[in-house]
Amino acid sequence: MSDTSPHWYDDDAGPIVRLYAVTAGRARSATESYDLMSTVQVVGGSTPHDPALSPEQRTILRLCHRRAQTVTDIASESNLPLGVVRVLLGDLLSGGHIHISPPVPHQIPDTSILKEVIDGLRAL
Amino acid sequence: MASVHSKTIPDGNQPLVALKILIAGGFGVGKTTLVGAVSEIRALHTEEALTGAGQVVDNTNGVERKTTTTVAMDFGRITIRDGLCLYLFGTPGQDRFWFMWDELAQGALGAVVLADTRRLEDCFPAVDYFEHRGLPFVVGVNHFDGSREYEPTKVSRALDLDEKTPVVMCDARDRESGKNVLIKLVEHVSVLRTGAVPSTEPVTTANGLPRRPVKH
Repeated sequence: MSDTSPHWYDDDAGPIVRLYAVTAGRARSATESYDLMSTVQVVGGSTPHDPALSPEQRTILRLCHRRAQTVTDIASESNLPLGVVRVLLGDLLSGGHIHISPPVPHQIPDTSILKEVIDGLRAL
Repeated sequence: MASVHSKTIPDGNQPLVALKILIAGGFGVGKTTLVGAVSEIRALHTEEALTGAGQVVDNTNGVERKTTTTVAMDFGRITIRDGLCLYLFGTPGQDRFWFMWDELAQGALGAVVLADTRRLEDCFPAVDYFEHRGLPFVVGVNHFDGSREYEPTKVSRALDLDEKTPVVMCDARDRESGKNVLIKLVEHVSVLRTGAVPSTEPVTTANGLPRRPVKH
């Protein structure tokens, strides 16, 4: 194969780093699959500038630094696929950098919240 | 419980309540239009193993042994107040994305099934799915120019819906109309779970028997 042969990718392909490189080859989180609506908050003392973390992990910490974010928001804002985000969240959790809270269960509904939602939608 | 949630929040911030609503219906019925009418559209990428059906669609020439594909899903977020958000997920319409439905439906507050009366059968799978899961839903009949208008009761009968399931006429392009569909859903959820629309008279008595309407 000569160097002049055309590549199948171009600039539109984005950074040529395979997703499995970002997750060190893992396709699934080692612990659990975090719900789309689980919320992630940075533990006090953890900083997005920690050089021991990967750029993607730092991105996640930066996104959650000011306030808790849902797994959905993190995946959307970071432009990383959901599965990759879940693996990285598992790493950050085991490293003590973040808290992950399951979504507030709604099987027992809080009528005041439902009323707030209705009023909020009307006021949009 | 909220207390379980809040105790893991370390520094006293108010816990984030994130409620999920699914927008379902056949391909091209206006799901993305509805999400876009009431919220800002954002994208969520997920990757899944290619199935046989998927391989037919995806052109994998030049990518050796490609076994996963990335699926982009639309969602919209409505901030009700600081710490209370509504997430609207358009469920992928094509059959090959059924695998996403279980994840999306998990813990959802409820669903909107969008229907087009010119091809009502397109929404049958969504109605079947939410009935089977026991997830509260409303049917929004998206009125298209040139489509005949039907009475909600006729649509309800055609879909063989539980009589409590609301059918709402709507225009998915219109913000007010879209808001109205969502409000109807949240009211429906409230009625199913507590027996009452918030801040209105209960329609059932404490022992669950129907209350006779008072004539004036």
